[in-house]
Amino acid sequence: MTSASFNRWFGRGWLLAGFAFLYLPILALVVYSFNDSPIPNVWRGFTLKWYAGLADDREILSGLWLSLRVAFFTACGSVVLGTLAAVSLVKYRRFRGRTVFSGMVTAPLVMPEVVVGLSLLLMLVSVQRATQGAFGWGFPERGMLTIWLGHLLLGMAYATVVVQARLQDLNPQLEEAALDLGARPLQVFLLVTLPMIAQSLASAWLLTFTISLDDVVLSAFLSGPGSTTMPLVIFSRARLGVSPSVNAVAALIVAVVAVGVLIASYLIARAERRRQQELAEANRA
Amino acid sequence: MPRLIAHLMPKVSGRHAVIGVPYGWLLLFFLFPFLILVKISVSEMETVNFKDLVTFKDGLLQLTLKLSNYVFITEDPLYIKTYLSSLKYAAAATVLCLVIGYPFAYFMARARTTAQPALLMMVMLPFWTSFLLRVYAWKGLLSENGWAADLIIGTGFDQLLHAAGMIPAPGKLMHTPFSLVLGMAYTYMPFMILPLYGNLAKMDLRLLEAATDLGATAWVAFWKVTVPLSKAGIIAGSMLVFIPCVGELVIPELLGGPETLMIGRVLWDEFFSNNDWPMAASVAVVMILVIIVPLAVFSKYQAEVQEARR
Repeated sequence: MTSASFNRWFGRGWLLAGFAFLYLPILALVVYSFNDSPIPNVWRGFTLKWYAGLADDREILSGLWLSLRVAFFTACGSVVLGTLAAVSLVKYRRFRGRTVFSGMVTAPLVMPEVVVGLSLLLMLVSVQRATQGAFGWGFPERGMLTIWLGHLLLGMAYATVVVQARLQDLNPQLEEAALDLGARPLQVFLLVTLPMIAQSLASAWLLTFTISLDDVVLSAFLSGPGSTTMPLVIFSRARLGVSPSVNAVAALIVAVVAVGVLIASYLIARAERRRQQELAEANRA
Repeated sequence: MPRLIAHLMPKVSGRHAVIGVPYGWLLLFFLFPFLILVKISVSEMETVNFKDLVTFKDGLLQLTLKLSNYVFITEDPLYIKTYLSSLKYAAAATVLCLVIGYPFAYFMARARTTAQPALLMMVMLPFWTSFLLRVYAWKGLLSENGWAADLIIGTGFDQLLHAAGMIPAPGKLMHTPFSLVLGMAYTYMPFMILPLYGNLAKMDLRLLEAATDLGATAWVAFWKVTVPLSKAGIIAGSMLVFIPCVGELVIPELLGGPETLMIGRVLWDEFFSNNDWPMAASVAVVMILVIIVPLAVFSKYQAEVQEARR
């Protein structure tokens, strides 16, 4: 075997092993969700009873409903705030406190969630106690609103990174041309910039939606009585051990996400191709 | 009338609004909470409320700081041990990610250009499916008769892990340092692969040709050209894995054991089990101090990359 072909096969083998490592747990979750036996890793035959059981699982269902609502509002808020932050960082090269700003924007990406969750909670509790003392009515109560505030912090960081990368790849001449032709800055943003970054906004929305739907730590700190998100339910069950009902939830989530991501990326890629075509035609004309 | 209103409105330009909204948001919900955290970490806990730090008594302004939490953390060997072992496990996970992820990103970047988007998509896809559930899946895989457990024990790899001190006895894989480090490396793998891939895919391959022309073997060229050029990707990936791993809670809770001390779990217990909020806040403040250097490296690097892209 020549060294070049050895390299090629070694490379393919490594990629294959890496993907096996990444996908093995997902495969195992799905397979064992159909297992008739409640004992983990002992296969006793095919069943759908764990899926049927989910329909009556009030804890999971109400958690899912809350999670979906929080995720929806998180995704919307994150895209708006993330776009503003990305525009600030890309368009305005210098303003007072820019270094602090760019540091604060990306810090939630790596900052341990226990720290972010705890400090936000302590702040919100302090505010609640202060308003309780001043008006006799504490605000905000721990619940959906506070969970949303926490998720938004994380989502905004991800959305900023996604939108920022796209903004930097844009050709600034297009915006300059629009300005030269007399468009106001807001018009330029709405009519020129926004259509060009639209797919990155869509991916940022989807990404922040899934991140919010999955979050355990921030939700644990920020949730109140009666506001238990689905990951919190799953986490408390998973701590006790392997449970087939969790496997069934997992398999459903995997299926929904896989289909959703595939459809979304197909649509995004198609829109992008069409835009490139239009751009090419416009350049030819 | 409209002119009057316009007159009364503060002169806010679009620029101010665009920067001001996200900036103000982050100051209010990210920076301000940290100040509160520091304040509460030195507060006395009264029955329900925290005592004010500054009180006015007998015509004197008094400042009460309770530093006993910090004294306790620095003197109690258990806390020091926990911080050290968090750093140790996070470092082990980072190294494991690098060892698996670097060749992976390298071969991805050298794959056919037409295949690369699909490969990238396949790295991203697990990241989109629930992190919690994927960690939970390892519980099954590594426990008795699990697929991964069978593979590891079947190949005798557990003897090696035992010799390395990663598992207490051959055949016992779950709730050990091994399962914890494996779980963290697995979870954060895409964070290592993606920056490395971005870096390696952009590399100018003519530099390698030049090295070969000058007589370097492929192996030498790899170590002397490719690796130094991918330094930025290595730093970014390592920080993206290391920093969150230090404070990780969910993975130690599900895959760790009684002897795998992690600071995230200690903070969680202080808060939820002991209800000692000032102590939890102190633990968090010390955690920030521990990760502040890697954080600064990350944020400096991140800024540099963003500027370099222009």
